[in-house]
Amino acid sequence: MIDLQPHLPILQVVIPLLGSLLTAFIRRGTLSWLVTLIVTWTLPFIAVALFLQVQAAGAPIYYKLGNWEAPFGIVYKVDVLSAFMLCLVSGAAAVIMPFARKSVASEIDSHQQSWYYTMYLLCLAGLLGIIITNDAFNAFVFLEVSSLSTYVLIALGRHRRALVASYQYLIMGTIGATLYIIGVGLLYLLTGSLNFDDIAARLTSDLVWPLEPLLAALAFIFVGLSLKLALFPLHVWLPNAYAYAPSFATVFLAGTATKVAIYLLVRVMFEVFGVALTFDRLPVAEILIVLSVAAMFIASFSAVFEDNAKRMLAYSSVAQIGYITLGIGLFNQAGLTGAFAHVANHAVMKTALFLALGAAFYRIGSVRFSDLEGIGRRMPLTMGALVIAGIGLMGTPGTAGFISKWYLAMGALEAGSWLLVFLIVASSLISVIYVGKLVEVMWLRAPSPAAAEAKEAPLSMLVPLLLLAAATIYLGFDTRLTVDIGNQIATLLLGGLK
Amino acid sequence: MMEALQKFATHYNYFVTIFLMVAGLYIVIARGNMIKKLVGLSLFQTSVYLLYLSPGKIVGGTAPIYDGAYQVYANPLPHVLMLTAIVVGVATIALGLALAVRINEAYGTVEEDEIFSKDGEI
Amino acid sequence: MKLDLVLRVGTKILLPFILVFALYVQFHGDYGPGGGFQAGVIAAGMVILYAIIFGVNKAKHIVPQALVEAMIPLGVLIYAGTGTVSLLLGYNYLDYTGFAGDFLRAHEWGILIVELGVLVTVSGTMIAMFYAFAERGR
Repeated sequence: MIDLQPHLPILQVVIPLLGSLLTAFIRRGTLSWLVTLIVTWTLPFIAVALFLQVQAAGAPIYYKLGNWEAPFGIVYKVDVLSAFMLCLVSGAAAVIMPFARKSVASEIDSHQQSWYYTMYLLCLAGLLGIIITNDAFNAFVFLEVSSLSTYVLIALGRHRRALVASYQYLIMGTIGATLYIIGVGLLYLLTGSLNFDDIAARLTSDLVWPLEPLLAALAFIFVGLSLKLALFPLHVWLPNAYAYAPSFATVFLAGTATKVAIYLLVRVMFEVFGVALTFDRLPVAEILIVLSVAAMFIASFSAVFEDNAKRMLAYSSVAQIGYITLGIGLFNQAGLTGAFAHVANHAVMKTALFLALGAAFYRIGSVRFSDLEGIGRRMPLTMGALVIAGIGLMGTPGTAGFISKWYLAMGALEAGSWLLVFLIVASSLISVIYVGKLVEVMWLRAPSPAAAEAKEAPLSMLVPLLLLAAATIYLGFDTRLTVDIGNQIATLLLGGLK
Repeated sequence: MMEALQKFATHYNYFVTIFLMVAGLYIVIARGNMIKKLVGLSLFQTSVYLLYLSPGKIVGGTAPIYDGAYQVYANPLPHVLMLTAIVVGVATIALGLALAVRINEAYGTVEEDEIFSKDGEI
Repeated sequence: MKLDLVLRVGTKILLPFILVFALYVQFHGDYGPGGGFQAGVIAAGMVILYAIIFGVNKAKHIVPQALVEAMIPLGVLIYAGTGTVSLLLGYNYLDYTGFAGDFLRAHEWGILIVELGVLVTVSGTMIAMFYAFAERGR
């Protein structure tokens, strides 16, 4: 038997790819679901094994594709940051799989279900590939693999608006990816390399680089990836895409897709260009902080006035991305720790919230507030979990959301800005309004005709939901998984190439 | 003046790149017709191909095929990269057109403002 | 529908040459310009030309929809499978060294197999796209 241990990095990407091929051949909904389940439940083990390997080694793991040496061939690199993201994305993909079977079976035409899982696994392979690759162009290819499959996942929503939402996302997403590749192209013209580490090494070498094209490259990559991660005001594709996509696609994308774009941006900003170039030469930090604060407030206000629960949570996602980018814009230890803790915490909470709405949609076929009235009394467990995740989103002490916002506030203090601390707290108060609205509609009103006939969600939907709700509480007390790792990541990013 | 002209003449491929880039982006932003938007998007992507391929050409170099008689080769890497980018572009445009066809079937039009007026601002 | 005799006969004469040219581009890919992608598009062009002249239904007799839909994942499977085989032989993913005793010979084999996968997927995808757009609205 050959030793698979050194090959774990490639298996992380190839297993979902092979799984997607298998589902494309099978063409039977339930069987494809089973294949997808097995594949997605294998991946977290590989991710955790990689994480432990990195922790034990204390240095990044490299994997040479085709055994070609570093700047010439494509190399995969796993360090603390990428191992953390691998665990997060593969974990999120695994947890929601039990939910998928009934949700997909009820929302997707039977002859398309198998293709749907194919697209899901392709998207997953693309996201994991972006995280693990150390090659700028390879990252673009994986970005497009995941994006193209995402457009399909969204377009298969039941309402015809899903088509328009998917089309708009396709236009915006392609512009974003193309801007990214223009930036990479400028970097390639300058340095003659596509390997992230190699570019960074060449940029920090004694050679004198012309500054203008370098800054232009940074600007192109920054704007392109900001489109992908839905940084305010480049977020307009996100609410519709999340709102009209099938429940399962929303659940998956809300937890993973934008986070991976954030990861890529951080990687390029901190490791390739370096803190000095990124933050001293261009006002990246100021831009990020201003836009983040705008996102926290404007998107939250938009959420308050929504009458579609899924759209409301989508706007809330834009606001929460604002917290993450705020932490990155602060670029100090506490801020970055908070940002990455929030990447994990937000993934847990938002996935739980969309799971609960997906379960409600499965029972009553709508997520409009007028139909959700009083549904809490009919589906107490589902909506109870929703309330817990919602409380976490507000940042109440004792939940995961509090931890990350605490560190963000610490980061703002470290940067010497009381104003930012105040803004973080104030924007959290807006989230109290929209989460409160959700809770009020679901629990305090008399059941609507649709809700009156609803039953508790099936067990396969309840289990992942309750698991994530429990995680929301657990991560509010045990911070080893989020803050400690976030701290390591912050040290890595700030202590790295300057 | 002479210098600027000379710069333009020796770097005209980059000016074409910039022109394509801006023209494509303008079409995407300014046109409401979904097919025209995709044409603009395609133009925008094409500019990237030119951006990458320009430096791949080496004056006096031959095709990058190993042969003892030649010493100077064109850089093959940009071509490989752009082949991949072209595949990605084809896939994107095909998917975009497929969506446009489906939208036309669902709404009876591919004009964005007409679609919004049918479903309300989405 | 009135059919043009010149087009019909001309197409029939052209078809085998297009296929041979596709195969030439395919197998010449490791020495000169060419490879699976170009060959796949040319081969798909043959089917598309046939479909344009004789109608999609007749083309589907020769290249059925089910075959096309199987070709797309099959090509990727050949590609990804090649990598997996090199894993099983104890080398890195897509390291072809284990395929033959000689290093260069092994890499030649590896590239040929991988390019074959590209050919299958690309021609399948191109034909599938053509079918999908041609079928719509009929």
